[in-house]
Amino acid sequence: MCDTDTTERRPVIRVVDLVKRFGGRAVLNGINLEVHPGETIVIMGGSGCGKSTLLRHMVASLFGDEGRVELLGQNLNDLNESGLNALRLRFGILFQSGALFNSMTVGENVALPLREHTGLDEQTIDIMVKIKLEQVGLREAADLMPSEISGGMKKRAGLARAISLDPEILFYDEPSAGLDPVTSAEIDQLIMDLSGKLGVTSVVVTHEMDSAFTIADRMAMLDMGRMLKIGPRSEFEALRDGPETGDETGDLIRQFLRGDPEGPITARRLSTGYEEDILATAGE
Amino acid sequence: MSAGAGQRNFVEVLGARLIGSISYIGGMAILLTQAIGASKATLARSSGRQAIVGQMVRVGVRSVGIVCLVQTFIGVILALQMAPPLEPLGQVHQIATIIGIAGFRMLGPILTGVIISGFAGASIAAEIGTMVVAEEIEALRAHALNPVRFLVVPRLLATLVMMVLLTIIANWMIAIGGYVTALLVLKPEVSAGYWALMQENLLLRDFYSGLIMAGVFGVLISLIACYEGLKVRGGAEGVGRATTMTVVYSIVSIVLAAGVFTTIFYVFEF
Repeated sequence: MCDTDTTERRPVIRVVDLVKRFGGRAVLNGINLEVHPGETIVIMGGSGCGKSTLLRHMVASLFGDEGRVELLGQNLNDLNESGLNALRLRFGILFQSGALFNSMTVGENVALPLREHTGLDEQTIDIMVKIKLEQVGLREAADLMPSEISGGMKKRAGLARAISLDPEILFYDEPSAGLDPVTSAEIDQLIMDLSGKLGVTSVVVTHEMDSAFTIADRMAMLDMGRMLKIGPRSEFEALRDGPETGDETGDLIRQFLRGDPEGPITARRLSTGYEEDILATAGE
Repeated sequence: MSAGAGQRNFVEVLGARLIGSISYIGGMAILLTQAIGASKATLARSSGRQAIVGQMVRVGVRSVGIVCLVQTFIGVILALQMAPPLEPLGQVHQIATIIGIAGFRMLGPILTGVIISGFAGASIAAEIGTMVVAEEIEALRAHALNPVRFLVVPRLLATLVMMVLLTIIANWMIAIGGYVTALLVLKPEVSAGYWALMQENLLLRDFYSGLIMAGVFGVLISLIACYEGLKVRGGAEGVGRATTMTVVYSIVSIVLAAGVFTTIFYVFEF
């Protein structure tokens, strides 16, 4: 399943047989995934498929009921809070909303991890903040409050904060959600630049296909808590552009990638027993 | 529904409420333990100390005016209500003693607590709840920053300190309210001996016992507000619910705690 040129290297993230249940319902049902150093992997899937839940397991925000997640060689289940905190300094997250601290300026947001986790003096921190903001094209916005900037700028500021401690892995939760096409393309470009320039490993959760095909080295498709397919971008491009084969999984992924209104995904929604439900209600 | 099912339903509801209450109190106890554990780290950093001062301004300084206004009128009301029954006994001058003891021991801390519940408690719950909704708390954790050290400890310490300071102000405003009423409305001899009588009959422990309660109320208010804020789920509706519940639970816990304290002070003659 994995890209042949990356299998030799030790994965920076390993998800092994991960199961997570909420109220008895399995949101993640035996997920396996390996992410290799320096690559950008895009995890796709429809709303409610479990992709954001999977991301939260990878960043130690949630913990599975079964299976394990290994990050940078450490099993998250084995770590206490201080161990997790030490690990958290080695990765960054761009949240869907940017998640800037609204009581601080953009510059203070970026400076916060530096102030709290490094012994750097204020002058050095100021320089670092300028460098990080310049990397995302926001140097002029350092003194603005989050409420004074646009959605795209918030995401870029969130990205500057995420890279403030020079992380080895960057996680992106729906980086293009709610953005216009141009801003979305700018964010995609930023993700690729950071990946290329800093050599960070990137894990991107999205359902924006244009964005996914632009930035991905490898792609993973989640559906109803199960991993349907993991492979290099070229495989997914071939699947998207190829004809229907009658293979249910392949056709399902194809419908998602193309955004077709008809196919296995919509057929599944239509065959959920609507008639039986109505008849059963009438018979009560 | 059969009687058996009804009884079972009642027992289930009762059991669920009991479990809910125990888990709520347990959750608050855990949060308090975490806050005590993290307070050293907050106090050790200049950013932590700055945050405490900021919260003190927010909790205390901004509510000084309303505390003064309310407590002055409490003094006025006490004086006007106690004068008629004391008059036939020839003891009107004793309103100074009554206002002193009732104000310093109970009304000062309790009413200041109620004001701070609505003024600061609700705003703390709304602020932290909004931060939860906006993923800010998750972002703090993601940056290895402990939300308890970063958010709860400054609010808890600031509310504790400001409740004590505001109660000192409140006590004096009640006393002043009573004095002004005595001066303007009651017989001249009441106001003439007012301060001397209050000083004579008020013990230092009347003053301290009120301040101890004020400190405890401060911890209760901030703890409930932070706990409610941190467990917000479901967007704006959840924030609204947290704000309301903070005020309700704070006032209930203040009155219950006052009852417990008064009983303890009475039994031990403090």
